[in-house]
Amino acid sequence: MSSSLPSLGLFAYIAASSVLAFIFPQSVLAFLLVEASLLLLCYVPAPLKIKIYLAALVLLILIPFLGTFNGYYLEVAIQIGIYVALALGLNIVVGFVGLLNLGFVAFYAIGAYLWAIFGSPQANEFIRGGFFPLSANWFFLFLIFSIVVGALTGTLLGLPVLRLRGDYLAIVTLGFAEVVRALVNNLDKPINITNGPKGISPIVKPPLFFKPWLQFLGLEIADSTLYPLYFYFLILVMALLIILITRRLEDSRVGRAWKAIREDELAASAMGVPVVRMKLFAFAVGASFASAVGVLFAAKQVFINPESFTFMESIGVLAMVILGGMGSIPGAILGATGVTILNLQLLKGLSLWLNGLRQSGAELTLPLLGSYSLSQLPAQFEPAKYERMVFGLILILMMIFRPQGILPPRRNR
Amino acid sequence: MELALEILPQVLLEGLVLGFMYALIALGYTMVYGVLEFINFAHSEIFVLGAFVGVEVLFWLQDTGQLAVLHPVFVLSLVIAAGMLISGLAAMALERVAYRPLQGSPRLVALISAIGASFFLQDALRLFESLWRNTFYLNYPTLDVLDQVLPVATTLVVPVKSLMVIAISLLSMAGLFYFVNRTRIGTAIRAVAQDPETASLMGIPVNRVIALTFFVGGAMGGLAGVLFGLHYSLVNPYSGFVPGLKAFTAAVLGGIGNIPGAMLGGMVLGLLEAFAASYLSILTDGAFGAEYKDVFAFLVLITILIFRPRGLLGETVREGRA
Repeated sequence: MSSSLPSLGLFAYIAASSVLAFIFPQSVLAFLLVEASLLLLCYVPAPLKIKIYLAALVLLILIPFLGTFNGYYLEVAIQIGIYVALALGLNIVVGFVGLLNLGFVAFYAIGAYLWAIFGSPQANEFIRGGFFPLSANWFFLFLIFSIVVGALTGTLLGLPVLRLRGDYLAIVTLGFAEVVRALVNNLDKPINITNGPKGISPIVKPPLFFKPWLQFLGLEIADSTLYPLYFYFLILVMALLIILITRRLEDSRVGRAWKAIREDELAASAMGVPVVRMKLFAFAVGASFASAVGVLFAAKQVFINPESFTFMESIGVLAMVILGGMGSIPGAILGATGVTILNLQLLKGLSLWLNGLRQSGAELTLPLLGSYSLSQLPAQFEPAKYERMVFGLILILMMIFRPQGILPPRRNR
Repeated sequence: MELALEILPQVLLEGLVLGFMYALIALGYTMVYGVLEFINFAHSEIFVLGAFVGVEVLFWLQDTGQLAVLHPVFVLSLVIAAGMLISGLAAMALERVAYRPLQGSPRLVALISAIGASFFLQDALRLFESLWRNTFYLNYPTLDVLDQVLPVATTLVVPVKSLMVIAISLLSMAGLFYFVNRTRIGTAIRAVAQDPETASLMGIPVNRVIALTFFVGGAMGGLAGVLFGLHYSLVNPYSGFVPGLKAFTAAVLGGIGNIPGAMLGGMVLGLLEAFAASYLSILTDGAFGAEYKDVFAFLVLITILIFRPRGLLGETVREGRA
């Protein structure tokens, strides 16, 4: 029975970390330990079945349960889900096919604005009749619709630019994203479509279709606690679906064609791979993922404006893909989780800690340098505001020291 | 259309100033692309660094009371020299740290590293200014001479600032042209751009030439940064992104890797943008205004790349690693 030892250890770890997080609901560290259990699951040699059960335990029960005590945990988990989905979408384009797309955020914005415009009174500005906002039941229809729109815009962008060489392609996609952002920013006149920099609000949330069932079970939960849980499960389902689709695609003829193009475009086309069609398909799939996630993002935020869709978002997602390993699905998941936790929890935690130090006004005495009052620490110095530096460092260091990423894809020989 | 023609001279001047600025930045992109075949994405931060060095030198002169005493030409030369030197050195350091370790790897790897460097530098500048001055939105101190305007005609008012930008840009471009085409080092740069392997067989120290190219391109970017600061007076660590992208557009427009092309591309883009900013709203009856001038530049870029990727003065691009 020695093989069950790692499984038992894992279970003990999960139990211990969640008890810690339960006792200290405000502690960043405790929740990080819970999150780390998922990473541990990938590495500990235990039977697959047990791993799946344990992962389900953490994802389906522990995190939502802990989230009801500290809403911020759930918020972090939702953000992680969103970025995992985005990173998986970008991973197809950058990782599988090797096309550097710097304008990925454009498709995310298109999806978000699609639901924002029709799921709020905004559409009344240019369609008469007062039909809007659409009722919550339209949400899922728009989710599907956004996949179509994303695929279409991805193809439309891809058609003219895919013949360009690698680095030109990168700049053109970047330009495309800036054009989309400028349009969103300025289309409040002559016809008010996007409401410009002021953004759109309130956006309708998805329907609580399961509420009668909950009541049937005798559960009375207030909407304000229900919605975060609901979004958590929605993004979880979406991320799992995307993982499933990407995995199936990767192992299919299409996936092999993509990788062939990445390794040597000329050779691939000589072997009969329809290069342009395959590249377009990759663009379309990536774009449709991003666009669907955008719809969910808009519904979750209730308010969106162009500021959420800057170049920095594109680079952030790129940093996630590169950190994890281009072309690797576990890598994209790990990268997205790692970078999001770094941004939302570690850097914010550090900022709070520094603020605390500043307010305490303690004296720091350094040998040789004399003492320094911490209250003099400039207020501008807040680690949470230096996301770009983090992204930049990740990109440079990974490129120089480990271009294949933390979890490089396994090559089938 | 009466009004439209009346503002034409002013629009032309505006376009020229913008164009020279873009051209100066574009030189950095194009020279580096010439020798390394890669887009130095962080060049826009080298440009901003120049602007920050300029403002810091001016602040220093102001604090020591020298600004009011010294001759403005001397002040300008000092500020420009400092901006060029530091930007050039920073570009060299960047090449050494972020690009040289990647020589021989696929081009996308270097591009990603360059994007990382660009982001890193933006926040590094912000961090430095935050700790040093507790703010990172800086205002250039004014120089009285530069604030004067020359009313040439009823329809044209020429600010001394604009004249300064045009004169200094012309001078430095002429200098660069001479340096690249008439000196031994310039010949080495062109040789490396044409064929690095053969150049190295001929005894040209390729790595040193590449470093030098980064220095010269960076110095041009730094100069543009100082001029940008003096002309528009506001700088922040992120103000390089859009001009950088446009200057890159200018470089591609003129034919990347081609020095006269970068100058021409900058001019064309600057003029187009000034026209778009002033006439778009007149032509469309106010439906679309100056806010679309950025979109306009990117549309130019996309169109050029699709229909004439070699640019206006494009040289045949060397068949390289794809």
